[in-house]
Amino acid sequence: MAIITYREALNQALREEMLRDDRVFLMGEEVAVYQGAYKVSKGLLQEFGEMRVVDTPITELGFAGVGVGAAMVGLRPIIEFMTWNFALLALDQVVNAAAKMLYMTNGQFPMPMVFRGPNGAALQLGAQHSQAWESWLAHIPGLKVVTPGTPYDAKGLLKAAIRDDNPVCFLEGEMLYNTKGEVPEEEYVIPLGKAEVKREGDHVSLITHGKMVLVALQAADQLAKEGIRCEVVDLRTIRPMDVDAITASVRKTNRAVVVEEGWEVCGVGAQVVDYVQRHCFDYLDAPVLRVHQADAPMPYAKNIEKAAKPDVPKTIAAVKQVLYIDA
Amino acid sequence: MSTTKPPRRRVSPSADAASAEQDKAPAAQTPEERKSLHMQLLHSMLLQRRFEERTAEMYAIGRIGGFCHLYIGQEAVSTGFTSLLRDDDYVITTYRDHGQALARGMTPRAIMAELFGRVDGCVGGKGGSMHLFDKSLGFLGGHGIVGGHIPIAAGVGFAIKYRGGDQVVVCFMGEAAVNNGAFHEALNMASLWKLPCLFVIENNRYGMGTAVERASAINDIYKRGASYDMPRDVIDGQDVFAVRAAAATAIARARTESIPTLLEIRTYRFMGHSMSDAVSGTYRTKEELEKYLKRDPVVLLRTQMEENGDLSNAEWTAMDDEIKATVQDAIDFAENSPEPALEALLEDVLVDTTSD
Repeated sequence: MAIITYREALNQALREEMLRDDRVFLMGEEVAVYQGAYKVSKGLLQEFGEMRVVDTPITELGFAGVGVGAAMVGLRPIIEFMTWNFALLALDQVVNAAAKMLYMTNGQFPMPMVFRGPNGAALQLGAQHSQAWESWLAHIPGLKVVTPGTPYDAKGLLKAAIRDDNPVCFLEGEMLYNTKGEVPEEEYVIPLGKAEVKREGDHVSLITHGKMVLVALQAADQLAKEGIRCEVVDLRTIRPMDVDAITASVRKTNRAVVVEEGWEVCGVGAQVVDYVQRHCFDYLDAPVLRVHQADAPMPYAKNIEKAAKPDVPKTIAAVKQVLYIDA
Repeated sequence: MSTTKPPRRRVSPSADAASAEQDKAPAAQTPEERKSLHMQLLHSMLLQRRFEERTAEMYAIGRIGGFCHLYIGQEAVSTGFTSLLRDDDYVITTYRDHGQALARGMTPRAIMAELFGRVDGCVGGKGGSMHLFDKSLGFLGGHGIVGGHIPIAAGVGFAIKYRGGDQVVVCFMGEAAVNNGAFHEALNMASLWKLPCLFVIENNRYGMGTAVERASAINDIYKRGASYDMPRDVIDGQDVFAVRAAAATAIARARTESIPTLLEIRTYRFMGHSMSDAVSGTYRTKEELEKYLKRDPVVLLRTQMEENGDLSNAEWTAMDDEIKATVQDAIDFAENSPEPALEALLEDVLVDTTSD
């Protein structure tokens, strides 16, 4: 299997799906001539031309709406946000139009489209460029929300998202684009809504998604040296969430820690914990704990930015707490 | 529920731009052609009028709930544009959508049943007054957020161009929408990319209760087209022939040159903003309303036809009676249509299909 970057994996998915279906087009800021702000769309303009790889003005609400309109009459748009932070300007189209169109029209107008771009904090980008939006988006019926954590998942899930006849919010990790992993040469598609156990274990379940998959795996590696066997469950899709996978793991380990990049209040972890208390109440040996961003906007200064973010030491501490091990 | 639906009647004449040319050059028209066209236009406008008069009545007795925005006074705009469209063109509009839906050919039954929240409504009772849709007519809603549908119209135009088609999309909006960022973003892209869109501003003078002069730095709304280097015009919206002439020019420009147009159609709503708003009162005077009522688009057309000898009293009465019966039939149909099944609540949130 080839070892490629997360960025290359996404690029392959875009290219393969554009070759497969001429209704698929990519639209967004800097996707064409500039080759993508993060170079995810590198080479696509040259291969597919300017009608299918479309540079837009800085007009998130506008081009998100263009995508909705194009989807209404049968195209399959991929709308790239340079980051999901900018997508806030477009949320009327995502939430009021794309998510509700099928329902409001009694099934007449499906919305086969993808909204995609980087999500979450990078390094020292400050408060307005460092946010994880999956809990906001996952709140909305009518959307699917996908958060790949590895190159393999990025490619297989993006291909599934493009083929899906529903609006899919595809949240990439800004810090993941350069990460590498094995990706098969042959075609594959990963179904949306299916979690994956990234590492098996029987002492505690680490339930996570997106960029935090790497954090959870690193924490599990370190804990293994102390004889603690963590099971890492990568949700991969936040909506619909794979409740069966969560339930199966927690019923096996009897303990759980949820690791997410976003804030605590009404976060993804809150939903996971709700499923756990409903489906695993009699199996739990400890309260479920959560690791997340500090309850403050993201600061710039290195030391307090680091303190704000969920990381390996915080995850290890939470695991030891649910195991009642003194740190 | 009644079982036999009347055949779907395309209320708008299937005329093309040529028939609007005939408006401008009546000599090129035979008297029979003129009369036939004018009867169709009058029928379309009167149907909207009578339908909404009964809609107000049904709202008052609680058959219709929620928000309900009537179009009475503006019927020459919907009829003027839709009467020149092809079947494969697209129409998209706001929450004040009953008139355009009727003019585009949606049946009174399908609309009234929707207003009643019944299963035979055009969207099965899930949309209501503000969200009328019919894919088979290219009627793309029925949108509830001011300005939100304007970029969607640009997207429809983009898709037409993407496929190399020669359809057009007509996007109706109120004058208050032009102060919304979505308007600016959409018109900029439509002009930049030369999309076959008509942006039709129905300037009825009030965004809810705020007069245009109190909301827009530019009172001549059509001048905003200059910001986007877009062809633009201002039209008397009470005169269906003036509307048709402007529409024909803009449609031809979009269809043959793929150039968008911004049209400001000056009209007036004779009712309140919604059913919960008094017809006159805090924000407009009775005197102002009465001034505009003198230019009722239905009356203007009827008078002109009578003066031309194209409409006898008997013909008017026959048309009015037929339309009133059609609207009564729609009410009866809606009354007898079942409520949606409870299972419908969770249906059509997502589809379980893919492009495979």
